[in-house]
Amino acid sequence: MRSTGDMTLAELRKKTGGPVAADVSAAAEHGPKHPGAWEYIQIGVVLAVITMGEVAIYYTDIAHSLLVTIIVVLGVLKFSLVVLWFMHLKFDNRLFSTMFLMGLIAAMAVFAVVVATLGGGLV
Amino acid sequence: MEHATAVTGNLETSTGIDNKKLLMWLFLGSECLFFGSLIAAYLLYRDRSITGPYPSDLFDIPFTSVSAFVLLMSSVSMVLALAAIQRGNIRSMQVWLFTTAILGVLFVSGQAYEFTVFHREGLSLSQNLFGTTFFVLTGFHGAHVTVGILILLSLFAMSLRGKLTQEKSLNVELAGLYWHFVDIVWIVIFALIYLIQP
Repeated sequence: MRSTGDMTLAELRKKTGGPVAADVSAAAEHGPKHPGAWEYIQIGVVLAVITMGEVAIYYTDIAHSLLVTIIVVLGVLKFSLVVLWFMHLKFDNRLFSTMFLMGLIAAMAVFAVVVATLGGGLV
Repeated sequence: MEHATAVTGNLETSTGIDNKKLLMWLFLGSECLFFGSLIAAYLLYRDRSITGPYPSDLFDIPFTSVSAFVLLMSSVSMVLALAAIQRGNIRSMQVWLFTTAILGVLFVSGQAYEFTVFHREGLSLSQNLFGTTFFVLTGFHGAHVTVGILILLSLFAMSLRGKLTQEKSLNVELAGLYWHFVDIVWIVIFALIYLIQP
């Protein structure tokens, strides 16, 4: 087994709670597994179709609460596609996801507190 | 005791992750809170204006849908620019980078046109609560898009001078992260502010 000083790589990973030099060297050799151009185009088409769906639903005569639900679900879907594929959070180090989610959760907490204390909202 | 270190292009880091990329994600996390607060303020005050004009009097959904589509497609061209430089195809990267900047300019121009129309209809920053929260929210977003365009054009100029090579693809990746972020903020604004009206 490879070792760094007196510690094995496994021990070093456990101690640092993350990757070590050998891991990063290996990643650099093979490169991060990101999607190709064709997959990006396919996702772009999906995003365009969802946007058209959002606008179409806006013009349909349905209950406001149902409209809100559908628009929010489609918005979350578009948001997730861009963040996971275009921003590579699906493929990159989880520390990046943690950084982003911390801000996102704080923003949603602010929204929840505003609605709970001062009123307002979507419906 | 030796620290675990990793070579990540320019500097060795104890996490094995490039510090610039980590800083960008931390910045984007803080931006979530910034825009989240502005969106919450808009939703709180949107139907509390005692004088018009109101959102239903002004919003032009077909026009804004086209703007949203343009910004969405700019995200596709941005990610294609990154894919191109990671393959070492500088020419293709230049084309997609410039396309992204042009789409960004189109979006900001549309926003300027929308602001002008709203102003002619009587909406201003101090007219009512809707005007205040709407202009602050969308104005800050437009400012972010403008900064993004300047970053993209800087990268394009660097590439023309041969200073943006495959080894420096991280610069394009960081610009891409920022650009995609302004896109996802607009995804939220378009859904919550334009399509869901009181």
